[in-house]
Amino acid sequence: MSAPVSPIREPLIEGGKTYHQITEDICAPTERVPSMAWIIAFMVAVACLTLYIFCVGWTIWVGIGSWDLNRTIGWGWDITNFVWWVGIGHAGTLISAILLLFRQRWRTGVNRAAEAMTIFAVMCAGQFPLIHMGRLWLGFFIFPYPNTRGPLWVNFNSPLLWDVFAISTYFTVSLLFWYTGLVPDLATVRDRATGLRRKIYNYFSFGWTGSAKHWQRWESLSLVLAGLSTPLVLSVHTIVSFDFATSVIPGWHTTIFPPYFVAGAIFSGFAMVQTLMVITRKVHGLQEYVTLQHIESMNKVILLTGTIVGVAYLTELFIAWYSGYVYEQFAFANRVLGPYWWSYVGMMTCNVLSPQLFWFKKMRRSLFWTFVMSIFVNIGMWFERFVIIATTLARDYLPSSWSYYTPTWVEIGLFVGTLGLFFTLFLIFARVAPVVAIAEIKSILKVAGDQYIGPNAKHHHHEQETTTKSTDTHH
Amino acid sequence: MKDQNKEVLYGLYDDEEILLKAVRQAKNDHLEIMDVYSPFPVHGLDPLLGLSESRLHQAGFVYGAIGTLTAFLFMTWVFTRDWPIIFGGKPYWSVPAFIPITFEVTVLFASVGMVVTFYTICGMAPGVTNPTLDDRITDDKFCIAFQTNGASEAEVDRLKSFLSSTGASEVNSKTI
Repeated sequence: MSAPVSPIREPLIEGGKTYHQITEDICAPTERVPSMAWIIAFMVAVACLTLYIFCVGWTIWVGIGSWDLNRTIGWGWDITNFVWWVGIGHAGTLISAILLLFRQRWRTGVNRAAEAMTIFAVMCAGQFPLIHMGRLWLGFFIFPYPNTRGPLWVNFNSPLLWDVFAISTYFTVSLLFWYTGLVPDLATVRDRATGLRRKIYNYFSFGWTGSAKHWQRWESLSLVLAGLSTPLVLSVHTIVSFDFATSVIPGWHTTIFPPYFVAGAIFSGFAMVQTLMVITRKVHGLQEYVTLQHIESMNKVILLTGTIVGVAYLTELFIAWYSGYVYEQFAFANRVLGPYWWSYVGMMTCNVLSPQLFWFKKMRRSLFWTFVMSIFVNIGMWFERFVIIATTLARDYLPSSWSYYTPTWVEIGLFVGTLGLFFTLFLIFARVAPVVAIAEIKSILKVAGDQYIGPNAKHHHHEQETTTKSTDTHH
Repeated sequence: MKDQNKEVLYGLYDDEEILLKAVRQAKNDHLEIMDVYSPFPVHGLDPLLGLSESRLHQAGFVYGAIGTLTAFLFMTWVFTRDWPIIFGGKPYWSVPAFIPITFEVTVLFASVGMVVTFYTICGMAPGVTNPTLDDRITDDKFCIAFQTNGASEAEVDRLKSFLSSTGASEVNSKTI
């Protein structure tokens, strides 16, 4: 409203929307019978989720031995998946928090879905450390609670415990941030509904009225939560990287890990947002809210972070050579040329080479290439974690212990299963809640709607000021 | 109900700019607005309504500080008093290693505390139903509400004419 907007900014909301039309468009998917595409997707997701439950049951019944991990390679797909999922979660917080602080208006079209993605991804991530314990029912041992053994406390100096605090805090804060943003929109859905539906949404909208004082507090809360989430999200992947960096394993014991992990997390997270949004905007008919402008902005972030990750890979190799430390040099030579060379090639191709396509504007604005690239990046980032974990462990200090590891069907089932968990949750979310933040979209309509800015704008507010061609043609 | 039902006279506006003008007018006319409702936060409204800045962030700072102290002092107590253990030849009181958890607990306390405070002071909770004036307020209507308990007919007429003269598309009354 009051903030000046450059006339060369592209509109973020297309189709000359009114406030009411925004409500209609975004609430519609929650109010109609699910489409065939949704039902099929949901069935596939639930099938994968069932596989997950089966594999968790198998792991607990038979034991961790069913994963074929061995004395040398103690971390395999499980921790790879853990780091991968946590990383994916980071983009949601980046979009919702950091871009809010930077006043990037394009975040508004995608923040709700991205935050939901964060929460579901962190839920998937949290599965792996838990089931890796083997005795899942003793999982509460990781928390410092007064117990009858002394009390014997957990080791507060251990990065694995820092991880417990980081991940659980991250999940809690993301959930609160997301839900607080959702409450006014659930009230919108409530006020359109009747009968039982209204009762349900009434329960979940907490009695929101839209009072001026409540909005003021809501904005204050959102801003502070954004301010808290920003260092939080950076701390989470930093601490995840400490799981490796504070050990004395060559290839892990490096100071570059925290920034490199955070950049990689944002990179993979944005790729997952693209995967989800390219589909969601199509299925829900939200192309006027998640525009090509949004897709392009996110592709720019992918290009930037992908390149940062690439620089980090090369820096690692250089530092290993430059350190003059033979074990470090061996670890990296082994990464590139050792038994897992194929995963290094996969990582380099998907993460460093392929995003370079996005230097071309045509590519950045192509939905097809965006989707293909987002899948590539997701695969590449999974390989990155596998490269770091498995190749490093396969060749440790003692050649007699050198080993090779391939996952069993149980581990593969667990990974596919968490994809099932993730998509089941996301599909339910996309059905029951507005996937675009309605109130926030309305609040930027007058600075980002295409009837106000861009080539189609109607200059009903500032007719005298405009000196563009469009006014000349009126005469 | 904690107090008597409110009789409310309210006008619905179609745009936040018309609403802002009306609120400004009400301020000049010394009319006492009960509340303003809108589908999204309208900037510039708070000073006109005489709403002071929210102190929620100050509460957040206090919660965060409590979190910092809780985490740091607890770890200090565990490793220097309750059960001192040497890890990797480091001192018992190894402050740098306490930083990550102290930070996380600070953020956790500040966030949870602020969110709980927010819902409490707004009178919101799961399952709570607060009376609303019109279903379209969460859609595309902006509402100025006056409380008219005990107001004379002349006063109510004055408020009605104020609402319609400042561009309200609908003027209604409701008891909530």
